[in-house]
Amino acid sequence: MEKEKTKNPNQNSFLFNLLTNRASSMTLAVVFALVFTSLLVWMMKANPISVFQTIITGAFGSTNNFTQVIQAWVPLVLASLGLMFTFTAGLWNIGMEGQIVMGAIFSYGIIRIFDGSDASSALVIILCILAGILGGTLWAFLVGLLKNFGGVNEIFGGLGFNFIADAVMLFLVFGPWKPEGVANGSTKMLDTRFWLPQIEGTYLSLWALGIAIVCVILVTVILQGTYFGLKLKAVGKNNKSSFLLGIHTNRYMLLAFVLCGVLAGLTGALQVLGFNHVLRNNISGGYGYIGLMVGMLANIQPLITAPIAFIFIALSKGAAGLGIDLKLDSNLAGVIQGALVIFVLIMDGVRKVLIKKFKGVQSG
Amino acid sequence: MDVEVRNIHKTFGKVHANNDISLVVKSGEVQGILGENGAGKSTLMKILSGFISLDAGSILLDGKEVTIGSPADSVKFGIGMLHQDPLDFPPLNVLDNLILGSRERMIPNRKKVRQEFVELQKQFDFSISPDAFIDSLSVGERQQLEIIRLLWLGAEVLILDEPTTGISAAQKIQLFAMVRKLSEQGKAILFVSHKLEEVEALCTQVAVFRQGMNVGQMLPPFDNDKLVEMMFGKILTRSDRKCCTQEKVNIEVSDLKIDDPRLPIKNVNFCIQKGEVIGLAGMEGSGQGLLLRALAGIIRPSGGHIWLCEENSSKKDFVGKHYFDFKDSGISFLPADRLDEGLIAGLDLREHFILAEKQKGFFVDAKAAMQLTEKRIKDFNIKGTAENMVESLSGGNQQRAELALLRQPLRLLLLDHPTRGLDIESTLYIWSKLKQRCSEGASIFFVSSDLDEILQYSDRILVFFGGKVSKPLDAGDVSVDQLGQLIGGRGWE
Repeated sequence: MEKEKTKNPNQNSFLFNLLTNRASSMTLAVVFALVFTSLLVWMMKANPISVFQTIITGAFGSTNNFTQVIQAWVPLVLASLGLMFTFTAGLWNIGMEGQIVMGAIFSYGIIRIFDGSDASSALVIILCILAGILGGTLWAFLVGLLKNFGGVNEIFGGLGFNFIADAVMLFLVFGPWKPEGVANGSTKMLDTRFWLPQIEGTYLSLWALGIAIVCVILVTVILQGTYFGLKLKAVGKNNKSSFLLGIHTNRYMLLAFVLCGVLAGLTGALQVLGFNHVLRNNISGGYGYIGLMVGMLANIQPLITAPIAFIFIALSKGAAGLGIDLKLDSNLAGVIQGALVIFVLIMDGVRKVLIKKFKGVQSG
Repeated sequence: MDVEVRNIHKTFGKVHANNDISLVVKSGEVQGILGENGAGKSTLMKILSGFISLDAGSILLDGKEVTIGSPADSVKFGIGMLHQDPLDFPPLNVLDNLILGSRERMIPNRKKVRQEFVELQKQFDFSISPDAFIDSLSVGERQQLEIIRLLWLGAEVLILDEPTTGISAAQKIQLFAMVRKLSEQGKAILFVSHKLEEVEALCTQVAVFRQGMNVGQMLPPFDNDKLVEMMFGKILTRSDRKCCTQEKVNIEVSDLKIDDPRLPIKNVNFCIQKGEVIGLAGMEGSGQGLLLRALAGIIRPSGGHIWLCEENSSKKDFVGKHYFDFKDSGISFLPADRLDEGLIAGLDLREHFILAEKQKGFFVDAKAAMQLTEKRIKDFNIKGTAENMVESLSGGNQQRAELALLRQPLRLLLLDHPTRGLDIESTLYIWSKLKQRCSEGASIFFVSSDLDEILQYSDRILVFFGGKVSKPLDAGDVSVDQLGQLIGGRGWE
């Protein structure tokens, strides 16, 4: 009876179409997020317009700023791409952070082996990257094993392994790997010949950028053009049906973790070789967590992660100037990012509920 | 307390689940309610216990009209329902489970509750420790606890929904003694069942439901044949059946044993011929689903053999093999809940066809997949396009899609309610496709709660009752009446 009443008074109204169309609903979400942050800024007695201006000049105002944005985009996009595999398989790899940390640790381990030797730098760099990939993969694989065979939810498993990775890192940088005489949570700097080559006068490495772009294409092709990608998607959408259709569901879930770990490890290795040039506490830069947000917004489309990661990074880098120029906390970037995610999720939820309620009824 | 329902109507979409149902149960009566699956028994009970609301009609308690808006309301009015699956909290202990349901105050008086629990238990000779955790109790004990809880909450009307499923013989005797005692105390009891024997043993009057209507009342002594006829309706006329059975054994099942905590099955023996259709009859949850899944390789039998017989009369035992081995040998399973374990919501038809075919290479050939999908859509008359998400298709088209996904060649097709929820046109279409498979040598094994369907399409019939499996009955010889009796638990041994 009640259903009859609520059923479709105004299915063709402007508002209904606005809310159920994907593009307009997402645009609306962005507008809401901006209005929300403007309100916050206004409550702090600052001018929202000048805040956004500062962020934009902070990100794009000079070559230096812009290259920094690009440089930071690389690890974020790599982390987000890794998460595409686990998201596709319906898994929440919260353990991304720890996997990046392990990638960095393994990678730096190779540096220590070859420190002072006269091995070719190209060889050492390649070994470092491979070792990083191994470290990340190992850490992800453990989470996958626990999930598949121990019945441990990947969120808790991942979180646990994040703490362990952090502990290992702290032990190393304050213990056996600390530079002589100081204990500041960081190892000594890499010999410059082990740095990824950079563009003169900037910190930007074209090698790192190239790797990121290749990965965007690779992951897109794997997820959207291969049997593997389709099967992974099937497992994520409905594990039971996939199994009955003849897919080795456990194997595919493990593989999702492994591939995610590969990209996490790669991210960690590049953090050491390309950007930080040391191994230090918090080397993951929180990209594992921000990557989750990017992944959610990208809605499992690897190609979309690239622009979304770019916007996120531009926001963070641009907001760095807020403290100096406007006496505001630069964490405002995090607020904008969080607001974006929340409003996009809300609007997406609204859209789905509306569609289900008014359009789905016909077939039911 | 006297309970009366007058002219109750309830519809779910197009289904008229309760159509003008009236019933009077006086204090002290044990009212049996008989009916097939889907006859509307549970709907009425759920209305009485506040789980669903009625569309039209009225409920009277001791002659006064009441509105029951929620389960909490119904408890307040003194109606208690014992569900088929106990509604308790396994991680908590017995006392906490009792206290959870009470609406007295913030801080429970455990001492008093314990005392009351022990006293209630004494009345019925139960012996459940108040400190035991629910997960350590048997299904029967959990049921006893649930009844005690309802009484403790002040129930004057007790609804028992299929209460003898899954409990031991001794517990059944205890339960029946309890029911008699409660009726002596003046409680009104509604006993929902499909087991004729139990109804006969316990009830002081019986109502039979069919297709949402109360088709008749009976007082003891009960006439069994009459009850069966009332439950299943008209005597069925049979149309011509085309038989494709070949004189070649396809699969041989011997001494199969399945361990299930609620419904252990053992001593199953039969052969399936090539091209044969075997129908599995019985009330839902009598073991048909378990056997179907065991034959599909989804659940592992704990004993016995499933022999796959070859042309050259060699045979291989498949018990203990992986589901994928069954699948690769041409055994396919189509579940009843299509979107739960058959199709994948969120993927379109094309993606389903790619997944179902053998993988060729690493990259998906999008063009070939598209061609295949379009061909299958045409062959199987599916109303939809290659880009339609499966969940947007109607039930009939989903089932067609599932049939279209099956690989060639097939040895055995296991179907769980293949035409549930489908209209007549789709049903006929599905069966014509299935029969085509039979003529190609595949055997079909299907579960249905529709007796007409079973009689119409099966060559032989297996009847299930409480985990027991009958010998295969020749569908040509068996009468509806015989089947009805077997399904109701009469005429076994």
